[in-house]
Amino acid sequence: MFRIERRSLPSPLALALAPLAAIGFTLLVSSLLVAWAGAPVGRAYALLLEGGFGSRFALTETLTRATPLILTGLAAAVAFKARLYNIGAEGQLYAGAIAAVAVGGLHGGSGLAVPLPLLFGAMMLAAAGAGAVLLLAPAWLKVKLGVDEVVTTLLLNFIVLLFVSALLDGPMKDPAAMGWPQSVALQPALLLDPLVPRSRLHTGLLVALALAAGIWVLLRFSVWGFELRAVGANAQAAAFAGIPPGATTLKVALCSGALAGLAGAIEVAGRTGYVTLDMSPGYGFSGIVIAMLALLHPLGVVAAAVFVAGILVGADSMSRSVGAPTYIADVIVAVALIAMLTAAGLAQYRLVRAAAPR
Amino acid sequence: MAREAPALSLRGISKHFGPLQANDDISLHLHAGEVLALLGENGAGKSTLVSILFGHLRADAGAIEVHGRPLPAGDTAAALAAGIGMVHQHFTLADNLSVLDNVMLGTEPLWQPFSRRRAARAHLLATAQRFGLAVDPDAWVAELSMGERQRVEILKALVRGARILILDEPTAVLTPGESEALFTTLAHGVAQGLAVIFISHKLDEVLRVSQRIVVLRAGRRVLECASSGASRNMLAEAMVGGSVAPPVRPARPVAGRSNPVLELAAVSFTGARGKPLLQDIHLAVHAGEVLAIAGVAGNGQQALAALLGGGARPSAGTLRCAGAAIDHDPRAWIAASVARIPEDRSAVGLIGEWPLWCNLMLERHRRPAFARGPWLRRARAHRHAATLIERFDVRGTLSRGADTPARALSGGNMQKLILARALAGDPDDSRPPRLIVANQPTWGLDVGAVAAVHQRLLDAGAAGSAVLLISEDLDEIFVLADRIAVMHAGRLTAAQPAAAWSRAEIGLAMAGGAAGRAAA
Repeated sequence: MFRIERRSLPSPLALALAPLAAIGFTLLVSSLLVAWAGAPVGRAYALLLEGGFGSRFALTETLTRATPLILTGLAAAVAFKARLYNIGAEGQLYAGAIAAVAVGGLHGGSGLAVPLPLLFGAMMLAAAGAGAVLLLAPAWLKVKLGVDEVVTTLLLNFIVLLFVSALLDGPMKDPAAMGWPQSVALQPALLLDPLVPRSRLHTGLLVALALAAGIWVLLRFSVWGFELRAVGANAQAAAFAGIPPGATTLKVALCSGALAGLAGAIEVAGRTGYVTLDMSPGYGFSGIVIAMLALLHPLGVVAAAVFVAGILVGADSMSRSVGAPTYIADVIVAVALIAMLTAAGLAQYRLVRAAAPR
Repeated sequence: MAREAPALSLRGISKHFGPLQANDDISLHLHAGEVLALLGENGAGKSTLVSILFGHLRADAGAIEVHGRPLPAGDTAAALAAGIGMVHQHFTLADNLSVLDNVMLGTEPLWQPFSRRRAARAHLLATAQRFGLAVDPDAWVAELSMGERQRVEILKALVRGARILILDEPTAVLTPGESEALFTTLAHGVAQGLAVIFISHKLDEVLRVSQRIVVLRAGRRVLECASSGASRNMLAEAMVGGSVAPPVRPARPVAGRSNPVLELAAVSFTGARGKPLLQDIHLAVHAGEVLAIAGVAGNGQQALAALLGGGARPSAGTLRCAGAAIDHDPRAWIAASVARIPEDRSAVGLIGEWPLWCNLMLERHRRPAFARGPWLRRARAHRHAATLIERFDVRGTLSRGADTPARALSGGNMQKLILARALAGDPDDSRPPRLIVANQPTWGLDVGAVAAVHQRLLDAGAAGSAVLLISEDLDEIFVLADRIAVMHAGRLTAAQPAAAWSRAEIGLAMAGGAAGRAAA
């Protein structure tokens, strides 16, 4: 007879194996659904894999999709690490996108006489600032008045989307769009360069990767990261040791909001060139899933974002070929999240062969 | 004593955690109407044994019977139903609920549409009356002192009809007066047929309260005897497997009345809901002396400790450290070379999930010792931690050394870790701290760890630190203090030399009786 008992120390091996076990479990559960949909399981998975990663086109599409996901995933990971539950990355992403267009589009041809690199910098800064300010308010309410940031950041998403919608039909409407709710376009010179010729992949991916590496270094090696992690791990002990939890939370809010805002700007400058209301298929919310999948590790966020993007892209081509619905992608991502969290929790335990009691 | 079926019997209980054999073939019997003391150092296996008994843990081998009926293993609900009540060393109360809510929690079926508060309140008050445990059913648990919270814990068990009561280190948080009240309560309960397991490492109280004593050491039962035939020395030796020396008072320079290191003038502090927690406190601590503040839990010590560490801002009055006014910010106190030992080791003193070396960096992680510009000097911190672990004899790091998570340590070793950080945290500065503020530094520690902490504090005093000790343990106060002041209802008597106080006088002042005399 076996039973489960808690490990006195976490096992590094178990923690390393947890993601593999989670992926295995996810594929198992999803294959049942694929089979239920009447598609051949083996072929469906092969197509999914090929559609997501199997060709140059598939790979560039996946990485294009992964770029904003890395950034929103980082935004969530950094905030969650300090126990600031930012559910508002979607809104912050749109705020960043609108701010980017406001700087880099509105004055486009009309001669804002600024050298191009400076304008590009100002555009990115405006986007980061817009996202940061948007999260600063809920964080301040949390610190000063104890208002639950999950509620405020979640609801701010809708406010921002409606605000963006108003702008797209009003002051920022593109007169050349024939009535479509679409913002004016960025100056072409401000668009990000393609990374791979004849693909949609752009240099925004490099920015996202660099930011992931930078956040990892900051969290692990800097005094700032130490304080952030201390507040997240035990705010009371941090306060006792002279790390002010309130001020630290506000700094984390600025950082997290800025990352989400940058996701918006990079999406605009790298892919669309202008803002529409369907610009993000929930990148902000997927960022939360990705951060949790990565167990809040910044480098893990990159892996998780590529995984999720690959599944989403691959599911399209799979569905075209074998007729299993594309919703299977959402199921896979959702099951993967649950399996990953469960696996990480179970890694704290072990099976023990019990001497039969009595 | 009647020899019918014992209320409780344990046979051959064994339990291991990894390489550690926490319980090794332990058997014991408990009869209705007796207090059995379970004596042993921290880590001797007492807590493991009662956790198995209460169903929190499952034994590797062995069996438990309650009133002759086998108790299913690993089933807390069954243990409760069998009439086993447990009062944990670390309280299991919901801070954001009232006393009555805490007592009622889990006693009512979920499908019952309305909770029967009136009946529950009457039952609670009747039980409280019967056992002499005064409580206010409507008080908010967050605002209760440790001592008051424990009373609620005991009541919680009694209200549920416990016939076997397990008390894990019950006096660790009580004052002498409260302990006396507890002993009376127990005597009362035992006369009514209650069976009590009293877990402790304090020899005197064990001898006082129990009829039988079982001593555990390193997971084994090493001694069982009647309390009437036992002596302190015999028990102490059985506990530690050798003899324990009392702390040595190092010779120290006679403290000339230099300028005080810490000075409080007319300090008042008002808590939540406008409750005055400290009123007009005057206090001066000099270099090289140990000044102890005695008092019953909940008389303002928490507020005082918060002020003396930058955790709170006084409503009136001034705090001066080394002659200069000091900011109400922990960073200012750390910078002023004040070593702070918080009351709650695991929740306030340490970050449990973090490795020891990170915990040892806290407070000074911005200093050049551990940071070069914005970057941490991780390798240096790691090396320093290894040195401190060795020097302060922190044990229980298993094979991971400084990478062990702090929560894996026992209470005594956590305290050694905090002492190491407070007293020698900065590798670039070997001077002793200017001031040490120690709040209940030996709360719940075993004999060996208590001796280590006491010796560290005395040594620090001899090295020139001013030591302010806040304690509810009179034995400790008389071992350590040069001067003693007593706190009652937020007021502090004038500090008198330890020799000028008798235990009776302190007891009276703690109850608020002789404040006038002592303050004169």
